[in-house]
Amino acid sequence: MMPTTLQASSIAPDIDALFNAMLVLSSVVVVGVFGTMIVFCVRYRRGSPADRTERKNQSLAVELTWTLVPLALFIGLFGWSIGLWQRLQTPPADAAVIYVVAKQWMWKAQHPNGQREINALHVPLGQPVRLVMTSEDVIHSFYVPAFRVKQDVLPGRYTQLWFTATRLGHFTLFCAEFCGTDHAAMQGDVEVLPPGLYAQWLERHASATLASRGASLFRQLGCSGCHGGQSTVHAPDLNGLYGRTVALSDGSHIVADDRYLHDSIMLPALQVVAGYAPIMPSYQGRIGEEDVLALVAYLKSPAREYAHEQQ
Amino acid sequence: MNSSDRAPHPENYLTAGEPGLWSWLRTHDHKRIGILYAVGITFFFFLGGIAATLIRLNLVTPAGTLMSAETYNKAFTLHGVVMVWFFLIPSIPATLGNFLLPLMIGARDVAFPRLNLFSWYLYVGGGLFTIGALLLGGVDTGWTFYTPFSTMFSNTHVVLAVVGVFVVGFSSILTGINFIVTVHTMRAVGMHWFRLPLFVWALYATSLVMVLATPVLAMTLSLIALERLLGVGIFDPALGGDPLLFQHFFWFYSHPAVYIMILPAMGVVSELITCGVRRQIFGYRFMAWSMMAIAVIGFMVWGHHMFVAGQSMYAGIVFSILSFVVAVPSAIKVFNWVATLYKGTIDFHAPMLYALGFVGLFMLGGLTGLFLAATALDVNLTDTYFVVAHFHYIMVGGSVMAYLGGIHFWWPKITGRLYPEGPARFAAILMFFGFNFTFFPQYLLGYLGMPRRYHAYPEPFQWLNVLSSAGASILAVSYLMPLCYLGWSLWRGAPAGTNPWRATGLEWTTPSPPPVHNFPLPPVVNEGPYRYRP
Repeated sequence: MMPTTLQASSIAPDIDALFNAMLVLSSVVVVGVFGTMIVFCVRYRRGSPADRTERKNQSLAVELTWTLVPLALFIGLFGWSIGLWQRLQTPPADAAVIYVVAKQWMWKAQHPNGQREINALHVPLGQPVRLVMTSEDVIHSFYVPAFRVKQDVLPGRYTQLWFTATRLGHFTLFCAEFCGTDHAAMQGDVEVLPPGLYAQWLERHASATLASRGASLFRQLGCSGCHGGQSTVHAPDLNGLYGRTVALSDGSHIVADDRYLHDSIMLPALQVVAGYAPIMPSYQGRIGEEDVLALVAYLKSPAREYAHEQQ
Repeated sequence: MNSSDRAPHPENYLTAGEPGLWSWLRTHDHKRIGILYAVGITFFFFLGGIAATLIRLNLVTPAGTLMSAETYNKAFTLHGVVMVWFFLIPSIPATLGNFLLPLMIGARDVAFPRLNLFSWYLYVGGGLFTIGALLLGGVDTGWTFYTPFSTMFSNTHVVLAVVGVFVVGFSSILTGINFIVTVHTMRAVGMHWFRLPLFVWALYATSLVMVLATPVLAMTLSLIALERLLGVGIFDPALGGDPLLFQHFFWFYSHPAVYIMILPAMGVVSELITCGVRRQIFGYRFMAWSMMAIAVIGFMVWGHHMFVAGQSMYAGIVFSILSFVVAVPSAIKVFNWVATLYKGTIDFHAPMLYALGFVGLFMLGGLTGLFLAATALDVNLTDTYFVVAHFHYIMVGGSVMAYLGGIHFWWPKITGRLYPEGPARFAAILMFFGFNFTFFPQYLLGYLGMPRRYHAYPEPFQWLNVLSSAGASILAVSYLMPLCYLGWSLWRGAPAGTNPWRATGLEWTTPSPPPVHNFPLPPVVNEGPYRYRP
């Protein structure tokens, strides 16, 4: 009957250890303070014969004790929690990337090799997975209680979270940030598979990779008309752009990361490359975040492949 | 005080002047304005309570069959907006604070009596906008108005509600200014700062927060209206804005606002406990300074609402340690209240029961706040029922208990009548149990992963929700009881006399109800507060 708090990720037992430690500490405080209150209330009730002489109304030593002892405990708890926090915030370099796009009121996932799913997410057991997430509309929040992870998913930027699933089975994915009428229905199913079955699943659902889908979008949407090799339009060359530092027309510099590429497609007037006219049209409203992810994946793919596609 | 023998007896503030509603609506008397506020916040408390009742009824079944998702979303938005801005924030400061501040410092009135009345009209005006939004069909953004949902996606009356909150914000700014100036300039002869009752310190700290934080709310709400009505891109990324900017602005006000709600409660409880125990507060100066510390540090912790919102890891670290630090002065206060019981002579009248209930519930709310200050735990717990339970322990278990305790304690002074002690004690005890019954299951729900603001939920969460709803029905009875017996006492209560509690404090030296300008003769103070004799 009681919903269980399964520990299904590598960090869950460590999070729960801190939780339990604080629970014990709090219980000691609650019992101590309530106990003292009750003892005082009984002993010093009106009419009781208790000794009431030599009352003190202040004591610096006492005050300092109950200021500094809690402070020291709090700093200890803070230190403990920060270690875990850094782990939560730092995905391992070898984590597999899955892209997640949230929209009112569904979760869409794209695997690098083109598998796409809605309100479902397949992940392998025992291997770190990093989710790169964005939203089509309002703020959502990706929350899997069994993994003890949660991260808001925002429009206009990429946020990430990671986990290593340690238990096979199905786990509920909730949207945890209020996102409108059907917020409560915005749930999904995370299925943890043994690596072998996961590989089979990937194979069964494989289609064009994200980058190759991006390459065809690049042509269909007319990007290659200006950014292509033989173009007569004066547009920045995108070869090997990802990770490079770009000089902007306002004199500032920016590293071409996912967000920069995203914004250059959706809000091109925001950051114009130095020496170029702001003639690029905005694709806001014309393409969705999933297509942007594909385009960015294509731009990030090795320059060789990119050049090859141009011919 | 033997002045009352010689001075002529001026008319008390309730019966003075021409009779009728019109003289109340034009009054400059801080005591009458306090009562006007009390009428307003009581109305809004029960309006918000109706919304809460609907929420709890809907959550009895996992499918949420009572209401559609849309209606449910509007119900919790109404509950939040009304309870935060139209009940909790004005509750203690604008009613008990207005009534008592001049009496406690020995003044004739507040510094700006007309401004005080104007504040009340702003409060009513803001309330009308909010009720208007409700009558036209409601708002579904949640009381937090998160963007870009509130600006570009919600199809409800967001602007109307935002205007209501904007207007009521000015009411609290003006009240804050009024109180600060009053405390600085209108203290009686001999009433120096460390002779002030702790309730005055609490109001002073609260007023500072009101004056410094509320303008940021006003600005933020204006920006919402600007983006929603004119499409100026501020928060919506599709227009080139940044949704996180809104959260920073909003919590820069709304976290300090938590202290607007709890600091006055701490002040009230200090008055109640000292009288109930009949001894001086333990550690007066630590009690006063800890409230000031809360008011100041409270401005630096807003980012703990945003640990998973997308701010950097380092911002999370800084806001985490500051949130732990702000808990220290609260801990100091709890320990000092308990120490005050030591070697006292304790009477368990209703105000004392409320105060003891406050200390217990506030401690449970504060301790669970530490879980949320620990970033790694907050990741799992935030936006779940754990948070809902946490802030209800502080806001309802804390502030509402203290407010009702204060209303009972000063009822004889305000009305000149005694309330019936038996039902009052029963209601206080019932409230303590009803409250825990309602909200403790919500800690468990949150720990098990039930997200907040869910109109329907997975079935395993049902039995805890049923428990919570059952508790809420007990809680509702305990809230209705005071309405009945306090109302009864207005006509049938025994005359209170000047000082029925044998309490210290200048408000107890003047007749009940007090005369129009509070004191027959200006009081002179020659000792600190809480000089109780058992």
